[in-house]
Amino acid sequence: MSAAEAETRWLDRPLYRGIALFVALFFLVAAAGVSQGSASMLLILVQATGFALIALGLNIQWGYGGLFNFAIMGFLMVGGAAVTFISYPVNASFWNSDGPMLLGRALLAFLIGAALVYAARQTRRLGLRGFFYGLVVVLAWFIAYVIYRSQIDPAAAYIESTAGFVGGLGLNPVLGWLFGGLLAAAIAYFVGRISLGLRTDYLAIATIGISEILRALIKNMDWLTRGTMSVSPMPWPTPLPQALQANGVGIADSFVQARLGFLALAVALLVIIFYVVQRAYGGPWGRMMRAIRDNHIAAGSMGKDVTGRQLELFVLGSVLMGIGGAMLVSFSQIFDPSGYQPINHTFMIWVMVIVGGSGNSWGVLLGSLLIYVVWVLSDPAAQLIFVNLSTLTQHMGWGAIPEIDSRALQMRVFVLGVVITIALRFAPKGLIPEVIRREG
Amino acid sequence: MDELIFFINRVLISGTVLGSIYALGAIGVTLIFGILRFAHFAHGDMMTMGAFVAFVLAGLCTALGIVTPLPTGFVVLPVAMVIAAFLALGIDKGFYAPLRKRGAKPVTMLIASIGVTLMIQGLIRLIFGSGTRSFYDTEPKDIFRIDMSALGGTRPISITEPQVLMFVVTALLVIALHLFLTRSRLGKAMRAMADNADLAQVSGINTALVVRVTWVIAGSLACVAGVMLALDVALMPDLAFNIVLPIFAAAIVGGLGHAYGAIVGGFLIAFAETLAVFNWTAVLRPLNGILPEGMALPANLALVPTEYKLTVAFVILVVTLLVRPTGIFKGVST
Repeated sequence: MSAAEAETRWLDRPLYRGIALFVALFFLVAAAGVSQGSASMLLILVQATGFALIALGLNIQWGYGGLFNFAIMGFLMVGGAAVTFISYPVNASFWNSDGPMLLGRALLAFLIGAALVYAARQTRRLGLRGFFYGLVVVLAWFIAYVIYRSQIDPAAAYIESTAGFVGGLGLNPVLGWLFGGLLAAAIAYFVGRISLGLRTDYLAIATIGISEILRALIKNMDWLTRGTMSVSPMPWPTPLPQALQANGVGIADSFVQARLGFLALAVALLVIIFYVVQRAYGGPWGRMMRAIRDNHIAAGSMGKDVTGRQLELFVLGSVLMGIGGAMLVSFSQIFDPSGYQPINHTFMIWVMVIVGGSGNSWGVLLGSLLIYVVWVLSDPAAQLIFVNLSTLTQHMGWGAIPEIDSRALQMRVFVLGVVITIALRFAPKGLIPEVIRREG
Repeated sequence: MDELIFFINRVLISGTVLGSIYALGAIGVTLIFGILRFAHFAHGDMMTMGAFVAFVLAGLCTALGIVTPLPTGFVVLPVAMVIAAFLALGIDKGFYAPLRKRGAKPVTMLIASIGVTLMIQGLIRLIFGSGTRSFYDTEPKDIFRIDMSALGGTRPISITEPQVLMFVVTALLVIALHLFLTRSRLGKAMRAMADNADLAQVSGINTALVVRVTWVIAGSLACVAGVMLALDVALMPDLAFNIVLPIFAAAIVGGLGHAYGAIVGGFLIAFAETLAVFNWTAVLRPLNGILPEGMALPANLALVPTEYKLTVAFVILVVTLLVRPTGIFKGVST
């Protein structure tokens, strides 16, 4: 056996391969820390932790269940909106105005509409069939929509003109993260009920559509989310740099310490969730999910409730997305609905899962950290290349490259595309492929 | 009369414009899905790419001092279509063919097409920057005004030159595609393969050729749609990325794999969007004279606010998928 053969065999063993890759990742992060300074390295790490949570959520849906969710951006936005509602300071001018009363009336209108639709659907029991049943249901939806709009429109206009927006409850942001998870779960339940009957590509397109509907709603419900005007500054669950500075910590140190505090909280959350997910996947629950993923017809004939279990996976995964989205918003201290893009908030997470290795939590963890660090570092790297190229072209007498900053920024989109295609071609199962283990 | 003219301008014309674009894009999406069995997400960016190819060609023409009676971007369209078809073939050979050879699942192909999307977008922005450009920097955009004073209207029906060209080109292309699919051997082979790929293969149909023809048709139609869209509005790197979802909605609503379904779906989605945000008060204003006191029409009677225009397409999509999971014309699935 030659040395080269031994080496490939050594690297092919999942454990060693994983360790080698994580060590490489560690050096990449360390290099980032050296080149960018520890404060910005911590910034990258906190955000990467948030994305790791989200990618774990997608892994539950796609890796464990084979569900094609392209609505990630929607769930991130829901989580972000939820944390603004819980942790942003109370807006007294809203609570002292007629706003709550108007919103109450809108809620009442919503409930009346829901009752109307429910009643219309019950006409099936009275023997209504076919065209007339459809007509009654559509008519009920239309009337419900008109009733709701007639109440919500003036309420929204009133709130926007008197109080700006609803504001928050001033509670601890960690509660907001949990609420983000809950809200995402509630929405995922409805989304799943609607669309999980669809097959792969149809499900993908349907969820992209739902995600865009969510974005349009959150972006335009100014009374609730302040829309494009964005909500800031959001409080932190750990001391902010400003608070540390007031206690006599130097400015540079205060950023490092504050971010370290946030990172510790985020990593603690990630570790707990990671452990739970791993345990569950190794146990009977995970075996059932794999059975359903690999052959849902066989699993169904063995008496497993396929749709019910898939809905469960969809909701569970979305909870992590909601929590991750909320965490990212509270870390960056700003909720800006127009900052959400499918490229950054849906496709990138898919790349993390695919490159890392879908179905393997360790792989997804590696993939999410690696891709996020590469994504962030590709910007300064491209800047560096472009500035050098620009000086070169100036020396050659061709003049500087125009719009150099924005072009360099676009390089990362290109790099992301290249990473996807290379990964699919040469490592279709990911860097750390799925290994089936039993943990009891 | 003015109300009717307003309706024609706002709904009929803009709905048809949007419908033509959606239909041209959706035909490509639907053909690729029918033959290759995956949702080609990069289709919108192939449209944008085609538009930029035409833009470069138009720039060359202007630099050479060629002046044409029609917009330059339109005159170079045939050349741009050929280039776009070759680019589409190249993308297939470079990115999708290796995966197909390995027998990758449709899911993998879809994700690969997202990778291609990102690469095309990145490259376009790298080369052309992220600003907005116009085909009409060097020439004026003709606007035709049809005088309606003979019928008692005070305002004209106005339609721009690219819009007229778009109607003509879309109609011609749809007829040509229909003839190709129904009359030619190759077109029939394509339909057979869309119907049942395995059966087509054992019946001796040259599947590799069919795949190439599919990319040629999809690429050149995407180019037309992109150029027409860019002529009508403006050229920017995310020109078609923003409408790729309604295009998918159109293809799915029509039934994936059905060329005619895509056309129907395209116009359906476009008119639904246009009608949903149309302010009905503008048309119903004469009723104010008939209605009793205190029951005047509200200032805005649109079904949904303009901000939610794109949402309409997705709502239709979701509802269609719920009622008929494979579209109006029964589509294929993977």
